[in-house]
Amino acid sequence: MKTELHIVIDRIKCDGHGLCAELLPELIRLDDWGYPIVAPGPVPEALLPLAQRAVQACPVLALAVTRTERQRKHSG
Amino acid sequence: MSELRVLAGRDLMAGPESLADHVRRLGPLPPSGHGLVETLDRSGVVGRGGAAFPLGAKWRSVAAKSRGSAVVIVNGAEGEPQSRKDRLLMTTRPHLIFDGAFLATRAVHANQVVVLIGEEHEAARAAMARALGDRPEPEARIARIVSAPNRYVAGSSSAAVHLVNTGIGTPTTTPPHPHERGVGGTPTLVQNVESLAHVALIARHGDAWYRSAGRRGASGTLLITIAGAVAGPGVLEIEAGTTVAEAVALAGGTTEPTGAVLIGGYFGAWVDAADAWDLPLDAAALRARGLSLGCGVVGVLPKSSCGVCATARVMRFLATESSAQCGPCFFGLRALADACDRLAERGTNPDDIERLQRWSTEVRGRGACHHPDGAVMFLQSALKTFSAAFASHPAHWRRQPA
Repeated sequence: MKTELHIVIDRIKCDGHGLCAELLPELIRLDDWGYPIVAPGPVPEALLPLAQRAVQACPVLALAVTRTERQRKHSG
Repeated sequence: MSELRVLAGRDLMAGPESLADHVRRLGPLPPSGHGLVETLDRSGVVGRGGAAFPLGAKWRSVAAKSRGSAVVIVNGAEGEPQSRKDRLLMTTRPHLIFDGAFLATRAVHANQVVVLIGEEHEAARAAMARALGDRPEPEARIARIVSAPNRYVAGSSSAAVHLVNTGIGTPTTTPPHPHERGVGGTPTLVQNVESLAHVALIARHGDAWYRSAGRRGASGTLLITIAGAVAGPGVLEIEAGTTVAEAVALAGGTTEPTGAVLIGGYFGAWVDAADAWDLPLDAAALRARGLSLGCGVVGVLPKSSCGVCATARVMRFLATESSAQCGPCFFGLRALADACDRLAERGTNPDDIERLQRWSTEVRGRGACHHPDGAVMFLQSALKTFSAAFASHPAHWRRQPA
């Protein structure tokens, strides 16, 4: 089965600290209120270490990189 | 409507139908054999709470994970402000709902039934409590009634589970979904009261009977609430696929020229009157047109009312109804409602129009539940349907009666 990696945010945990956008601007930007907007699509292989660093840096553990089946719906 | 189904029987004004009258009219609850889920599949019946998910598939997913301790939540929270159909059904045909609930209990191997009723629906609660007391053992023993707070999001399935578990009726992050891990951590079926009433009839009469009603390729009947500028607003049972024009005619017709029609309630969409009349009221048919039946609210906005002001009022309501758990919903909907208010109150300005467009795209899909999605889909339909009014809105809101 073809799988891909996606950044998933627990929207209830997320408090908009914004570290993820600092560490991974390639895939995450902040909205007008400081909450992350994730670029659509899977995490490119080359960015995986940076994505994992962003996951570790989140002060409320709201960020995760999860392996999902291709074409699955995900929230951006 | 040639034939009433869930609203059949004696006059609705006469109050709740007793168990004796119910059994005399429809016969006893049929044994729920293994075939019921397959019968539901074949009938094509879908959920009537708003998501229009096929019942058969939903029941099967709960049954597959159940180890005999699943829970059935009978959802009568009805948080949609203009909807009346669920409380009408609970107040007049409670045993139809309980029949469906206990059929579900057997089909998904559940040992607990929780009936969720909006805290302000007092007549519905009284009728359901009394009906439950009349049910034979063990039914009455395994079921209980829980009041749902009068909040828009309280009826969504994860919020219903959260309420039963903790007393807090706010949505939770999914997964886990209720059918995986719900009440007390066990698989939970959350089903709208109208859906269960249809099950009670399908179990007795079969799937072919269910499909024998319906127009323009749709099957079954459904309850809708018609609100706004019609002669007889209220709840109607119609054949699925009945057009908006036919339904409005059944509600006594419009009382003045119509500007737009809100299809599907506050998570639905505004449709220009000219395009709305021929729309078939059926979940699948509306979805194919990018619309949603929701819980079946049809709101008729007269030409004399301002679409921008009506939209601003609804957006304020939806912003207030955010459970304030997710930033994009709490801050985003409030900012969207503020921008709508500015346009309505002080007149149009290009900056706020641009913000509405951008924010309504950005907010979508960024909440734990679908509250922000529903709100921005509603707003985007308003921006499209009332585009001329948004572009040239005068500062007149304060002069309009509410």
